[in-house]
Amino acid sequence: MSEAVLILGATSAIARATAAAFAARGDALYLASRDEDELRRIAADIHLRYGVVVHHGLFDAEETDTHEAFFKSVVTAIPNLSGVLLAFGYLGDQLEARDFSVGERVIACNFTGAASILSHCANYFELQKRGFIIGISSVAGDRGRQSNYVYGAAKGALSLYLQGLRNRLYASGVRVITVKPGFVDTAMTFGLPGMFLVASPKDIGDRIVLSLGKSADVVYLPWFWRYIMFVIKHIPEPIFKRMKL
Amino acid sequence: MPTLIAPISGWGHFPFQSCKLERPERYADLRPAAANLISRGQGRSYGDASLNESGFVLLTERVNRLLEFDVINGILRAEAGATLADILDVIVPKGWFLPVTPGTKFVSLGGCVAADVHGKNHHHDGSFCDHVLSLELILADGSHVTCTPEVKSELFWATVGGMGLTGIIGEVTIKLSPIQSGYMIVQHHVAGNLEQLFNHFEDSAIDDRYTVAWIDSLATGKDLGRGILMCGHHAAHDELRPGFRDSCKARHSHAIRFDFPEWMLNPLSISVFNALYYKREARKREPYLSVYDPYFYPLDAIENWNRMYGKRGFVQYQCVIPDAAAFEGIRNLLEELSGSRRPSFLAVLKRLGAQGKGLLSFPMAGYTLALDLPVRDEGLFALLNRLDQIVLQHSGRVYLAKDARLSAGSFRAMYPRYAEWLRIKNALDPENRFSSSLSRRLGIDQMEAGRGSRE
Repeated sequence: MSEAVLILGATSAIARATAAAFAARGDALYLASRDEDELRRIAADIHLRYGVVVHHGLFDAEETDTHEAFFKSVVTAIPNLSGVLLAFGYLGDQLEARDFSVGERVIACNFTGAASILSHCANYFELQKRGFIIGISSVAGDRGRQSNYVYGAAKGALSLYLQGLRNRLYASGVRVITVKPGFVDTAMTFGLPGMFLVASPKDIGDRIVLSLGKSADVVYLPWFWRYIMFVIKHIPEPIFKRMKL
Repeated sequence: MPTLIAPISGWGHFPFQSCKLERPERYADLRPAAANLISRGQGRSYGDASLNESGFVLLTERVNRLLEFDVINGILRAEAGATLADILDVIVPKGWFLPVTPGTKFVSLGGCVAADVHGKNHHHDGSFCDHVLSLELILADGSHVTCTPEVKSELFWATVGGMGLTGIIGEVTIKLSPIQSGYMIVQHHVAGNLEQLFNHFEDSAIDDRYTVAWIDSLATGKDLGRGILMCGHHAAHDELRPGFRDSCKARHSHAIRFDFPEWMLNPLSISVFNALYYKREARKREPYLSVYDPYFYPLDAIENWNRMYGKRGFVQYQCVIPDAAAFEGIRNLLEELSGSRRPSFLAVLKRLGAQGKGLLSFPMAGYTLALDLPVRDEGLFALLNRLDQIVLQHSGRVYLAKDARLSAGSFRAMYPRYAEWLRIKNALDPENRFSSSLSRRLGIDQMEAGRGSRE
């Protein structure tokens, strides 16, 4: 059966690459984000390169009261919706995020907005008894560090939320995958100091789609981040709190 | 937008310069936020055209979406960061081809416009910009302007071949060329010396849509200019033997992952290679069938072939000599080159058709010679200056997209329409926001822009 995938936050480099990887295997797409002009460009591009049907529509993660109507319009446009990729995120500036008015936006986008739209997706797929949800979280959510703990806390909460959904939807045959990318060569990381082992968006996108054919529930990308984060998670707190990370 | 400060180079790996890189991902972020900025697509110009020492370089590689493809009429609109490879993947299966293509498909559409590139069919089909229907430009004041050969035509003809100095090229619409298959019918014609080679070029019985000649750059005396003229055209349905599938698979590509040691390319190794190549290719005197990819892009099969020239990189010297003096001029250039005993791994001769309307465009009716010369010592630059003099004596010019060392004076003498171009550039960009290492080397700098002329 042909698949149709909703991409939330479709204009980021990772989302674009993942959408292309879905399209390359013949999936129809619904691209959603706040940026109408970019959506039109990306939709046209993917349609021309891969020949699949690409819908697009406006979606704002922070405007949670619009999510129900938005999701209805998606399933009206593509009644055979079979999966969702949650790819939006907002890093923000950690120094500014010490001011809660800024930090609140980081949480509103990365966690509250995600939980809101995913609740609609989860209820839909649970009834359909099929489908998948792929949530892009972050290695930053694995341990709180002074350099980005507001973003990390929001992404950590998202990881827990996805874990709970996975447990709930297992009985309905709905797959829930948590993706934790390390450093990826995107606008978010371009020009930042201290980047190493940076992966290309294409590599991440291809592997996200491949993960559907594998059994892992939590996917670190590239794979070695599982071991980097294993070490970081297991540094005892009395030592960790003294470190500059 | 975040900035990355890093040393970068053109395809020739000479020179390397530290530049402030910005890499927008959204179309709306293609804007001249900083003064002193140049766009860079795939960095496939050879010298310093896409460099801006201590200034900003706007990387357009992520703004590369294909936007519209009219399959019936063969019209394609795309963002300037899209590569020709991206476009070919989409258009060839639908029976269309690029109207003009340079020798690599890993170039951006914007770069093709900015350098007004030509291909092996220039004598029939003109340069890239003869097939551009419209451009969207982002000007120095941030405004978006659409220009075509008819609408805002002054801006159009200053931008094509304008090396990115009139604005950021945002979108390009081109008219494609119909094909019946992804195959080429190719035939080689051997020439024992330069005179025979020119005779082949001028022979209408031999001529084809695409022609290009490989020259043994180390042959001297009576063999000077010996080479092989390679002719080809897109195979029509009835030229394909049954059993050929009408599709083209991507080739496996090999990559060079390190700079070759410099001793590997020397007069002896190159003359051995040239002799073997001459013998092998000369055998293909009967027409044969080739997939389009290896025919147009033989070097694309070796990723980073530029590293073959060693750590210090190389200069590609490409010039054109107008028809009237072409034979004598090319002979003088080859004599000067073989006399210097500097090995040129690649020497290519092509025929060009009439000059187009791009004010800084390179092509003019005549013959163009391209040489790859490794940078080993200062003596190379003395040789290149002597070649410039020969080119000037014969009223020719050097191709800016390949250039890393031409002087401001020679540039002005070679490009007589420069004054007209500069008038348009100054009106569009009075603060000279768009500037590159190449533009400063050629004296297209702030003082001149502000005061008309300083000479």
